[in-house]
Amino acid sequence: MNNYDAIVIGAGHNGLTNAAFLAKAGMRVLVVEKNPYVGGATVSRELHAGWKYSNCSYVCSLFRPEIYNALDLGRHGLKVIPLVSSMTFKQDGDYFGSYSNPNIRRHELMRHSQRDADAAIRFDADVMRWCRLIRGFLLRTPPDPGSFRPRDAFEFAYLMKKFHELSESQLYEFIRFFTMSIAEYLENYFENETILAHYSGGSIIGTGLGVYSPGTAYVLLHHAMGDVDGNVGAWGFARGGMGAVSGALASSFQAYGGEIRTDAEVVNINVSGNRATGVELASGEKLSARVVVSNLDAKRTFTKVMNEKDLPPGLLQRARNFKIRGSSGKLNIALDGMPTFPSLPKDSSLTLGHMHFTDTLGRLEKAYDDWKDDRWSADPYCDTLIPSQYDPSLAPPGKHMMTVFVQYCPVEPEGGWTDEKRDQFGQTVIDQIADYSPDFKDLLLHAEIRTPRELEDEVGLTEGNIFQGELTFDQLMFNRPFPGYAQYRGPVKGMYMCGSSTHPGGGVMGAPGANAAREILRDLKKPDSTPAEFSDD
Amino acid sequence: MKFDHTHFRQALLRTPFHDRFVELSTTEEWMAWNTYKVPRVVDKLPTEYFAVRSGCAVMDLTPMEKYRISGRGARDYLDRLVTRDISKLKAGRVTYVVWCNDEGKVIDDGTVFQLGENDYRLCAQHHQFDWLLMSARGFDVDIQVETHDVAALAVQGPTSWSVLAAAGISNLEQLKPFGIADLRCGDIPVTVSRTGYTGDLGYELWMDPANALQVWDAIFSVQGQYDIHAMGLSALEMVRIEAGFIMPGFDFNTAEATIRNGYDRSPFEVGLGWVVNLDKGHFTGRKALLAEKSRPAKRRLTKIVVDGNKPVGEAFIYDGKNGKQTGEIKCATWSPILKANLALADIEFINGRLPAQLWARIDYQRELKWHSAWAECHSHSKPFYVPEYRSATPPMRY
Ligand SMILES: Cc1cc2nc3c(=O)[nH]c(=O)nc-3n(C[C@H](O)[C@H](O)[C@H](O)COP(=O)(O)OP(=O)(O)OC[C@H]3O[C@@H](n4cnc5c(N)ncnc54)[C@H](O)[C@@H]3O)c2cc1C
Repeated sequence: MNNYDAIVIGAGHNGLTNAAFLAKAGMRVLVVEKNPYVGGATVSRELHAGWKYSNCSYVCSLFRPEIYNALDLGRHGLKVIPLVSSMTFKQDGDYFGSYSNPNIRRHELMRHSQRDADAAIRFDADVMRWCRLIRGFLLRTPPDPGSFRPRDAFEFAYLMKKFHELSESQLYEFIRFFTMSIAEYLENYFENETILAHYSGGSIIGTGLGVYSPGTAYVLLHHAMGDVDGNVGAWGFARGGMGAVSGALASSFQAYGGEIRTDAEVVNINVSGNRATGVELASGEKLSARVVVSNLDAKRTFTKVMNEKDLPPGLLQRARNFKIRGSSGKLNIALDGMPTFPSLPKDSSLTLGHMHFTDTLGRLEKAYDDWKDDRWSADPYCDTLIPSQYDPSLAPPGKHMMTVFVQYCPVEPEGGWTDEKRDQFGQTVIDQIADYSPDFKDLLLHAEIRTPRELEDEVGLTEGNIFQGELTFDQLMFNRPFPGYAQYRGPVKGMYMCGSSTHPGGGVMGAPGANAAREILRDLKKPDSTPAEFSDD
Repeated sequence: MKFDHTHFRQALLRTPFHDRFVELSTTEEWMAWNTYKVPRVVDKLPTEYFAVRSGCAVMDLTPMEKYRISGRGARDYLDRLVTRDISKLKAGRVTYVVWCNDEGKVIDDGTVFQLGENDYRLCAQHHQFDWLLMSARGFDVDIQVETHDVAALAVQGPTSWSVLAAAGISNLEQLKPFGIADLRCGDIPVTVSRTGYTGDLGYELWMDPANALQVWDAIFSVQGQYDIHAMGLSALEMVRIEAGFIMPGFDFNTAEATIRNGYDRSPFEVGLGWVVNLDKGHFTGRKALLAEKSRPAKRRLTKIVVDGNKPVGEAFIYDGKNGKQTGEIKCATWSPILKANLALADIEFINGRLPAQLWARIDYQRELKWHSAWAECHSHSKPFYVPEYRSATPPMRY
């Protein structure tokens, strides 16, 4: 039996980040991953010869530059190239484009609404204010508000200080923000239907909520708080697809002496005398370690790979009721050439960024209504990109790769998923794109279609929830995943959580992995190998 | 303003005068102002500066935001919007104003032109349509953006009146400072106001963009008799500091665009207490400004003269040589006419007063090598430079 200082279950990007910091601190670390490849939802795979898909996550912004720097990911091959635009096609043949050049962005806003062009200044400043606030908490362990330990008191004081930096009215506004719907929030600024629809899209991604549901305003922030090279709110492509992020993390981890075992599914976290002792693999093999870290979502961790009798009943109850509804699907498409979009002028740069096809809040809400009735949206919200325009490693020259994130797709349609239903779902999406690109269908060579069923089966995301748990206020900060368990420690000694189910939540961020490593090292009284946050001021 | 689908091919708009600037530009130094392409320097900076102070300079003002505010409630609306009492403003007159948000922080400054009964133009530095409409609820007003529909030229300098008269704009001699007149240049209608951002004698001409080039050409047609120069924004920056004018968004953060708490400024804090009338009745921000008035002043955007000749640029201010940091320079220029370093500095007060001593620590380069020097600063309450001839009516004839 092999003895490790730590075993990390799951080679998702957070598992790898966690493992890399533990290894960097001098620990002997093993990562065990059920799939034959690493990355979890941060992965690139070649499913059609010559094409590389970012099978799940597809754009990068949240990943903490501090981690990138501390683990030397640039030298391990990671490059994140900023995106230059996003846009929404209108049904009437027009479109709205959001350009990175501020002058062009303003003119495009003015083309749709003079007033909204001016209101965008207020909107940008307000969103940036909340982003700045929240960014300060990403690489910190949430305090336990009920605890009197000096460290909790300190972290709580830090939190209060951050809030204190707001004026009184800003503080009220911020609290409102967490409970508002994105539609309500945006209507404080904008009047144009297309602009409203365009800026609300990011707020429903990955959620079981609609544009009029309270709580969606925060999700906007979750998508705006990242940055590419200090450009807050900007998104980028990882060259080589999102697998490049986990690839660089794995390479860094191995350079610190870490070990990765793929095709190694964990079936149980072994506990003895209220202390984790190691893991048991599906093969029956048992591995022991002082520390066991789970990269799996909280529901899976406690209901699938831990023995119920090892858990406090209260925790088990919370884990069972953890809000982790799947609502998203994904298409990855190999194209024989670049599709054309006749609404756009010939040399438009808007195909280089996000493309959306839903131009009113009403249509977005309708898409949600379908999901509530356990149907995929007949008129879905699609976040579509063609990264092969930038990245030569994704498709052969002249050919292209398209990624389509789809909201909404039910966890289980009536009667359950079948391959046939999955393909019908895919066809709905293909038809929507073809409405705006007449040659799209002719160029289609291959498509990988993923519903929550595939996401759960392949990545192990419970119900296919992309964030490992909803990003609602009741499941954020010191409530993530559950009150009393927000500091990465599990219910038994030596057991930890490091996945997106923990603070600060989902997305390719690395922060949960790094924060968990910091807590583990603290418990072991080892020097901290994790980076402090880059300060904004 | 109509945009078509191809506007993205050119990030900056062209003013109606743009072709003339292209013809005159030898530096090809351009910059963006309110998404228009305007010259930083057209030909030679010293020449453009001295055109304002000695001859006649012509500058494109078109990018300035212009709003037409009309309707029966227009006066009440504006009086509620701005901090100054404008109830006595008359048709044909202009006044300088500043407006605040509910917290009494400056959103922008500008000028109100009363063009006729219930008919006003508000000129602003920044994009105000959103705020103007938000503030209009409950008032019987109509607000239109006319930034792009009115071409504007500043004609400034001691010979500006003589130049305009020679160019065919007559009946200007009796126009007083801050007056407006509807005149003609040849047979083209132009509205002329005796206003400017230079502190010198000067006029601003407002016209239909379709006639813009004809007016320009009429002015430059008398170049043989007078020294007239097209001018860029670098020269404007020098003269506006000499004249003591502030620039919201550059000298301080405007409230709407402020992210960090405490980074915005009240009118008192930027030295505009003189346009705040707390007795005129309710206006936006009044409550907060009343409260602020009752407390000792925290800071002031202060005009200072910095000893010596080192380029001030961006520098911290201290309350003594090697003392405690107490402020920072927001804009500065070497004044060719005063042979002095002039600056506006945001200075923290001590017990409600300006620190007794002010020192700037200036970092400057010589042949790529950095040097550091201390220079004492002297606060100045009046504009640095105001020539007396500026307000003479009729102006001096050349
Ligand atoms: C379709 C989709 C699109 C997304 N798009 C974006 C995006 O564009 N940008 C963005 O920032 N975020 C995006 N996200 C979210 C982001 O990808 C995830 O939040 C993040 O990748 C989760 O990382 P993680 O390391 O916390 O967990 P995971 O990636 O879920 O990693 C868990 C790992 O554990 C493994 N595992 C599971 N069970 C076991 C077991 N019993 N034994 C051993 N191993 C096991 C899994 O195979 C997996 O490798 C998207 C997610 C999805 C699903």
